Amino acid sequence: MTAASEHVTKASGKGPPPLAPGGQRGGKYLVFHLGEEEFGVHVLKVREIMGLQEITAVPHAPAYVRGVINLRGKVVPVIDLRRKFLLPEVEYSHRTCIVVVQVVLQRNAGADSLLMGVIVDGVSEVLNVQDSEVEDKPSFGGGEDTPYILGMAKVKGKVKILLDIDEALAGDGAREFRRVMGRETA
Amino acid sequence: MSPQDKNFTPIAQDPELLQDFLVESRGHLSNIEQQVLVIEDDPGNKDAMSSLFRSFHTIKGLAGFLELPVIEEVAHEAETLLDGARNGKRAIDVRLIDCALAARDYLSRWLGFLDPAGEGRAPDPGSPAGLLALLRNLVAEEAPVQVPVAAEIVPAEVMATEVVATAPEVTAEAPEMAVAEAPEVPAFELPREQVVVEQPPEQPKADTVVAAARADQPAVAVESSVVKINTAKLEYLVDMVGELVIAQSMLRHDPEMEALHAPRLQRKLAQLARVTGEVQKTAMAMRMVEIGGLFQRMRRLVRDLSKKSGKRAELEISGEDVELDRSLVEELADPMVHMLRNSMDHGLEMPEERVRSGKPEAGRIVLRASHQAGQIVIEVADDGRGLNRDRIRQKAIDKGLIQADAELSDSDIYALIFEAGFSTAEKVTEVSGRGVGMDVVRKQLEKLRGRVEIESTPGQGSRFLMKLPLTLAIIDGLVVKVGAERFIVPVASVREMFRPSAETFFTVENRMEMVLVRGRLLPVVRLAERLGFPAAKSDITSGLMIVGETESGQYCLWVDELLGKQEVVIKSLGRLFEEVNGLAGCAILGDGRVGLILEMNALWKGSGHVCRHS
Repeated sequence: MTAASEHVTKASGKGPPPLAPGGQRGGKYLVFHLGEEEFGVHVLKVREIMGLQEITAVPHAPAYVRGVINLRGKVVPVIDLRRKFLLPEVEYSHRTCIVVVQVVLQRNAGADSLLMGVIVDGVSEVLNVQDSEVEDKPSFGGGEDTPYILGMAKVKGKVKILLDIDEALAGDGAREFRRVMGRETA
Repeated sequence: MSPQDKNFTPIAQDPELLQDFLVESRGHLSNIEQQVLVIEDDPGNKDAMSSLFRSFHTIKGLAGFLELPVIEEVAHEAETLLDGARNGKRAIDVRLIDCALAARDYLSRWLGFLDPAGEGRAPDPGSPAGLLALLRNLVAEEAPVQVPVAAEIVPAEVMATEVVATAPEVTAEAPEMAVAEAPEVPAFELPREQVVVEQPPEQPKADTVVAAARADQPAVAVESSVVKINTAKLEYLVDMVGELVIAQSMLRHDPEMEALHAPRLQRKLAQLARVTGEVQKTAMAMRMVEIGGLFQRMRRLVRDLSKKSGKRAELEISGEDVELDRSLVEELADPMVHMLRNSMDHGLEMPEERVRSGKPEAGRIVLRASHQAGQIVIEVADDGRGLNRDRIRQKAIDKGLIQADAELSDSDIYALIFEAGFSTAEKVTEVSGRGVGMDVVRKQLEKLRGRVEIESTPGQGSRFLMKLPLTLAIIDGLVVKVGAERFIVPVASVREMFRPSAETFFTVENRMEMVLVRGRLLPVVRLAERLGFPAAKSDITSGLMIVGETESGQYCLWVDELLGKQEVVIKSLGRLFEEVNGLAGCAILGDGRVGLILEMNALWKGSGHVCRHS
């Protein structure tokens, strides 16, 4: 009976809770930039920020998948966000870094979370964004949709694009990506 | 105290407490199953009986603590019944055995029902009323040992499928009625002799519980030397130890460290390396478990199948102490069940038929595990009628799997039974014959990087050999370099390596390349090209050829150079990459970077290469 009453501490922590639903877009965001544009990703999604390290390329992966790295024994895929967003490529510099995020994959059966590394030009700060500072994402018409943008935050006269990182990395893009990889060599 | 009145809704439980309870109780249930089968074979075995009793007792205690009245009550009744048997107050007969198993099965279903992690939640286990009545009846009749009485039994769905109850209702005067009916009511239809579960005579088992029970000492002493660990923690430990080894090796081979020329420091580092190596070995060993536990589960299967089919079978088990990777054991359970079913249903004949062909009435099934040349071989053999070569062939032709005039070797024909939907059973029985099963075996074994071989002699029986790698977790790999990338080629799939010379190298239509190896022309695959990576070298003589084995023959894989041989821990590339062809996974290399593990067979198929030689 004693065994049953012992509490076991978990070896691995649980993932961060999902973002508050229903337009609650305020909160702490990690701000990083790609060229001139600044993006924000919710700090609860961020697990780690690390300098650029050697990445092992995976054959037949889409161009924006740089490959995999070893994060303390875990194999983590790394995505080049510039390539993903079809931005022009730049040389990696000493400011380039990998932001490791916890991504939730939506599957038919349910959610599934995994770690992914994202290569960005550099990170600048953690910003406290008020709900009132966030505007809905603009529409540019033309049938283009940007489901991975949560909204635009205007802080001190500058605009940060708040990303739904799940959608950006594992939404349609990722689904397509899995399909492509399956067919590439089959 | 009537069970029906009890509202068995468990109060909201602490999930961790519940989880602990489930884990512990499941351990006891599997012990119960084992001990019951031991007792069935050797009714006088007091140690087994005590262990059995203790297990029910513990479950009762735990359930009481967690306020799970139904479990507590069932366990209590089973305990009472066994207590009588333990004290010699009642005979140990087939009904006692079946009752104990039925109680076990019922509790097992309850645990499944309670388990929040259960996929789609197991169905409600139903009311325990029938089972409890059955147990109580047996308890009530315990005094008159001399007359083997058949009790009145509730036909309850709670009973395991094969345990048959005949009477429509429970009555208070059951014992008397039962005595009256005793001679012709075989409440449990199968006579005890029908199931002979043979216990290997030596039984050197390290299974702690059995060992404890046999050692004639307080079981607690031995049981406490085994600790149950959450597998996630274990995996984490193995990961971290891998990191430790890498960190250690990076430190040791750091250029600044080497430039120091400090012998004392070097000695200390060497000591660190030794200790780290030991830690790694131990961590790996923690993943290994004995296969005996899995084999023991099969005893129950054979017993039940033999009851169902009316065939008699003796199960002989050997090599229980062979250790293999924990994850491998889990994955093996399914194929093993299918193979045993196959042997019972297709292999063994009915007793009369066996006697006619001059064989002992009881069939013999052998489960044997052994190490052979770095592999684990699990053998499932029976002395039944063997595979019917002609019938399999005919069936395959009917199903359009082979041409009517195909020339096939025996092993090719036997391999046909692994095709999906293939069954030669004349009729579909409950046991097998639906044509699923053997294809599951093959698929599962392929997934485990193993294979299955069949030997069969008509009239003498057949042998299925499952050959598996020692572990899923570690392989011996050759680390090769192509351009800037390094890859790992599993040593097991490499035949030989050589440096090609210009004279042995030929091109075909200037596109495809071949190389002459010991008088045979083998196609050449340039790894960089195949993977779509830029190649650092183009001169074929500057690189290295690896002769790899595939299903359809051999080919040469051309790489830039060989960096060394290393034992690596296989990791999955992660869910994003689950469908990359040609890769078996990845591993962390000595310098902490990730290396991809190649899969020679899939790599070969992964292109439109047309030159095929076998």
